[in-house]
Amino acid sequence: MTVFLVRRLVWTAFVLFAITVLTFLIFFATPGIDPAAAMAGRNTDPATVESIRRDFGLDRPLPVQYTMMMKRMFVDRDLVSYTNRGVQVLPQIKAAAPVTLSVVLGAAVIWLLLSTLIGIAAATFRGTVIDPLLMALGLVALSTPVFWLGEVVNLLTQSRFHDSLLFSWVPALGYTPLTEDPLLWFRHLIIPWIVLAVGFIGLYSRVLRSSLLEVQNEDFVRTARAKGLSERRVMVRHVLRMSLISFVSLFGLDFGALVGGGAVLVEVVFGLPGVGSLIFRSASGLDLPVVMATVIYAAFFIVLANAVVDVVYALLDPRIRLGRTQTA
Amino acid sequence: MTKEALLEVRDLSVSFRTEDGLVRAVGGVSFCIRKGEVLGVLGESGSGKSVTMMSVLRLIRDPNAIFAGEVLYKGRDLMRLPEQRMREVRGAEIAMIFQDPMTSLTPVYRVGWQIAEQIRAHQSISPNEARRSAIELLGAVGIPNPTARVDDYPHQFSGGMRQRVLIAMALSCNPDLLIADEPTTALDVTIQAQILELIMRLKDDFGSAVVMITHDMGVLAEIADRMVVMYGGRIVEEGTREEVFYDPQHPYTWGLLGSIARLDRPKPQRLTAIQGAPPSLLHLPPGCAFAPRCPQRFSRCEARPPLHDKLGTGHLDACFLEPEAKRTRRAVGIADPGLAPS
Repeated sequence: MTVFLVRRLVWTAFVLFAITVLTFLIFFATPGIDPAAAMAGRNTDPATVESIRRDFGLDRPLPVQYTMMMKRMFVDRDLVSYTNRGVQVLPQIKAAAPVTLSVVLGAAVIWLLLSTLIGIAAATFRGTVIDPLLMALGLVALSTPVFWLGEVVNLLTQSRFHDSLLFSWVPALGYTPLTEDPLLWFRHLIIPWIVLAVGFIGLYSRVLRSSLLEVQNEDFVRTARAKGLSERRVMVRHVLRMSLISFVSLFGLDFGALVGGGAVLVEVVFGLPGVGSLIFRSASGLDLPVVMATVIYAAFFIVLANAVVDVVYALLDPRIRLGRTQTA
Repeated sequence: MTKEALLEVRDLSVSFRTEDGLVRAVGGVSFCIRKGEVLGVLGESGSGKSVTMMSVLRLIRDPNAIFAGEVLYKGRDLMRLPEQRMREVRGAEIAMIFQDPMTSLTPVYRVGWQIAEQIRAHQSISPNEARRSAIELLGAVGIPNPTARVDDYPHQFSGGMRQRVLIAMALSCNPDLLIADEPTTALDVTIQAQILELIMRLKDDFGSAVVMITHDMGVLAEIADRMVVMYGGRIVEEGTREEVFYDPQHPYTWGLLGSIARLDRPKPQRLTAIQGAPPSLLHLPPGCAFAPRCPQRFSRCEARPPLHDKLGTGHLDACFLEPEAKRTRRAVGIADPGLAPS
């Protein structure tokens, strides 16, 4: 297990390094993108552009630029935005991360609970009308664009029916930290949670259902039934337990991507100042240091989620765990 | 015939609705198992032997399956038992082991836990006691060092060892009847013998009756008290081991016996094979299901022969030929019918 973990860590570090280099090259060495010109704005005389270029060190060789930027990001921790020279990048991410985490964690709880229930229900009631009904609903949920759903919900709760009894509790778009006012935090987030969760519920319940049905045909399930276990126990302890292995890996990857900024649509639609919003703003303003920092932040979470998935996978499936240590 | 019947199957039929029509996997099968005896169920793939025994335990959960008939176990009809009661029978009174030990254990749980799970499903004892029983059982089925192995996962065992674990599990609640569905088919020949020996030894220790489903005549020649031969979802011959081996009545049984390579007599030119292929259960002939492949068929085979006791000894067969005609024709059907008692 230790060997497995160490190897995983070294690999993670390498992947992160590769990602920083790639991101840097994409943004700083792509022909046609000139950060200095972008910062200078339209119709600026070449002399100004040149002075900006010198000012930001953009005339230095790329490896030097890369090293300087990494140094300012990780060592001095004082990397500043290009568009707002006074604003440091890292505090922005630090402020945005809890918002995103709040959004994603809440949604994840909802989608895991509901998709598990729906998946089990569909698999259990296979052959009745319930199964195709649930799966059709799942397909609708899965195909609903999250920004459209968000806008429609906003329309209902923020304007049309905001004063009705049903939605009067909904606060104006925005965010309140959990530490400041837990109730308001919850009221701000409950709708984004549901909107974000809807698509995932559709996807996950369908995935779980098919996995459950597949596992149900396995020989060991027949053994479990022949043992005289209750149908519920067979379903939960044997069938669901085996299906979890693929379910968890899917979840880990989606969760990592969302924490890394994948919830951008929901954040923008509901005015939540999370990492997704930050990426959205910095990318549209070509604010390269912020883009760079957020991409690295996102990559870190995705790689981390991958690593966690691998570890959890090994915990869930003894065959993998022991297989690794034996060959290691 | 004198011993008390433990399980009596009466006119059991199992059909499956499919897109191509109704597939009749088992068509009216009746037999009984007595306390402590070993009943061999012989037949090729698709003859309905597994489906019959799975139906006895109501383990077929296909919503398209249609069952008819009675399965009387100690006087109760299992087919009409509520699911809750049926669960108390499964694993505790009637246990079953399956063909492929490699895939028959849940991969993510320790074997001891899986045995204990069954014990605790039927007896209210503490996890520790169940674990101790599991260790004892693992020892009884010949797993070396059971105290350590009880915490191993299935993938750490070989196929033969996994079958031992499954046998330990099946016997954990001291069942009256053990159904073994081709328990040795997936194993090496040397391991097969060990597993059979184990089942026979434990059957005596635990006093269980055994139903041994197989397509291996050699297995039954060694262990069966009585035998049932199935073909096309029906029983075609039933009798004691000696009757079926030394005085086989049905041409299908002759074919099976003729296809065994024997070391104790001169080698024939070729082993006799039964011509043709097993019948499609979708389009069974209206008469004798074996007739299309039977070298002995004659006009009466257009009708379905009943399973009758022509010899008057309790040795049943489903063939229209008269016993005398069979004795003379059998010589053609099998290389040497006068199999000497071993």
